[in-house]
Amino acid sequence: MIQAEDRRFHQHAGVDWAIASPAPALRHRQGVGCAALRYSVHRIRRADATITGVAPIISVSNLSKTYASGFQALKSINLDIRRAEIFALLGPNGAGKTTLISIICGIVNPSEGAVSVDGHDIVAAYRTVRSMIGLVPQELTTDAFETVWATVTFSRGLFGKPANPGYIEKVLKDLSLWDKKDSKVMTLSGGMKRRLLIAKALSHEPQILFLDEPTAGVDVELRKDMWQVVRTLRASGVTIILTTHYIEEAEEMADRIGVIAKGEIILVERKDELMRKLGKKQLVLQLHNRLTGIPPNLAVYGLEVNADGSELMYTYDTRAERTGISALLKDLSTAGIVFTDLNTTQSSLEDIFVDLVRKSK
Amino acid sequence: MNFRAVRAIYLFEMARTWRTLMQSIVSPVISTSLYFVVFGAAIGSRIAEIDGVSYGAFIVPGLIMLSLLTQSIANASFGIYFPRFTGTIYELLSAPVSPFEIILGYVGAAATKSVVLGLIILATAGLFVPLRIAHPVWMLSFLVLTAVTFSLLGFIIGIWADGFEKLQVVPLLVIIPLTFLGGTFYSVNMLPPFWQTVTMVNPVVYLISGFRWSFYEIADVSVGVSVTVTLGFLALCLGAVWWIFNTGYRLKT
Ligand SMILES: Nc1ncnc2c1ncn2[C@@H]1O[C@H](COP(=O)(O)OP(=O)(O)OP(=O)(O)O)[C@@H](O)[C@H]1O
Ligand SMILES: [Mg+2]
Repeated sequence: MIQAEDRRFHQHAGVDWAIASPAPALRHRQGVGCAALRYSVHRIRRADATITGVAPIISVSNLSKTYASGFQALKSINLDIRRAEIFALLGPNGAGKTTLISIICGIVNPSEGAVSVDGHDIVAAYRTVRSMIGLVPQELTTDAFETVWATVTFSRGLFGKPANPGYIEKVLKDLSLWDKKDSKVMTLSGGMKRRLLIAKALSHEPQILFLDEPTAGVDVELRKDMWQVVRTLRASGVTIILTTHYIEEAEEMADRIGVIAKGEIILVERKDELMRKLGKKQLVLQLHNRLTGIPPNLAVYGLEVNADGSELMYTYDTRAERTGISALLKDLSTAGIVFTDLNTTQSSLEDIFVDLVRKSK
Repeated sequence: MNFRAVRAIYLFEMARTWRTLMQSIVSPVISTSLYFVVFGAAIGSRIAEIDGVSYGAFIVPGLIMLSLLTQSIANASFGIYFPRFTGTIYELLSAPVSPFEIILGYVGAAATKSVVLGLIILATAGLFVPLRIAHPVWMLSFLVLTAVTFSLLGFIIGIWADGFEKLQVVPLLVIIPLTFLGGTFYSVNMLPPFWQTVTMVNPVVYLISGFRWSFYEIADVSVGVSVTVTLGFLALCLGAVWWIFNTGYRLKT
């Protein structure tokens, strides 16, 4: 019970860096330790529920996967995906993103745990579940000799839908593939094949769409088009789960972001919240003379001094209208503080992964 | 039952046949014609009749079986191996289809091709030797049953194989020898007694014998036994396929 509570707690609460550790002991401790927070979390959850509808569309519980090689790719994953949201799953290579998606789609067998989609178990009710899902795989796996039209029509039939040439025409047009409809798949470029895979996944009008690195190898302009397609789908009520290595992509698209590393979900948070943190930048000034404390006229900047007083650090938000840098520099010279060098640093998503993984250990 | 999926798979596989018409139909017809020219006309004219049937006509059922077996296996194994090889199998695995529907689609298409091929070879044979079909219904039944059974076997091979070489190995090392030694070119009772006994463990003997009986009413073993052995082999293949889908063997990790 506590586990279930906590899971929601981590996902729904806008709490700073809520680390969803898979270790029950740790989770328990967090839950109890945050009694005060819990109260507000309950309120947030209720508010959330009214916005996003009640039950999650996908609910992953205690899902683990150990491959035949003995390698554990997923470690007791708990994750809820909300209806009609765009969820971006981020994580370094080999984190387990594809494995997680493959299990939900029925391509890989889970070792432990369960997944339910719209209340149906993915194994017991595989027909119901799978007809709701469209998958765009990471690898460019396409037929070679079939035409674009034939391969997309095949996909629709395979998923049990009656033929609907009008709909397929629309999908191909949306993905700028209409003029290629009679071309053999092997004559398409990489980016076109990627879009063809999307067309195949959409051919049966799925309610949930998995996009495993959909924009890898797609040029900037088409990437924008693709984002537009995804947004339109979401607007029509389709839930979208995408993986990506591009932070801008998640930033552009996602409602929520999940971070997975070494088979563990280490963070699930609203995009805007995460971006606020990612938008933080630090200005570091190498001082000519060591400082012992911060002069009172600089207090408003929230400056930090390093241990030996040789560096002054200023943290600012790159998205703010004013970063406050020029004012700071003016005030510094007024205070008579001379610096010899300066540089700025920004924590990348990679840094955050590393940081999170370290913390979750 | 997802009939639309079965239909989609079936049509997709049949479309492959049209694209590869040369390999699928023309080449087996040519090679079988060569057999007729060499064994039927050239050598056959010097061989005495067997049980009242001219040698050229005698080998027709066996030659059809030879093509039927090799083509069923080749078509079905390639049909399922290729998507595994290219990775497009992901779509099949993520689709709302049951193992039975997948098999119906793939094996159905492969068996259809083989049956059509068998009939074409039969017609070709008619050009070279006088044909007589005593039991057309039985003839067709054997044709279909064999095509289905060996397409299933091919499907299993296509799932088992982890390289293109393995796809070739079974037809080449197992099926062709068994067919040649299974009485395609001779009647089993022409063998010395010891080899007559040994040859009875070869399942193809029963197929050819039953099939030949439907033409000329001559058989090495009784028709009932032929049918039973064929059905038994079919059951064996079905069992293997059932196991494959239950365990996800070579399909799912
Ligand atoms: N069939 C398999 N057998 C054994 N190990 C596997 C198999 N498939 C994946 N793995 C391992 O599982 C881990 C997770 O792989 P996965 O493909 O899910 O990562 P990913 O997060 O999608 O990475 P990427 O960003 O590179 O796509 C990796 O260490 C990988 O080597
Ligand atoms: Mg991946």
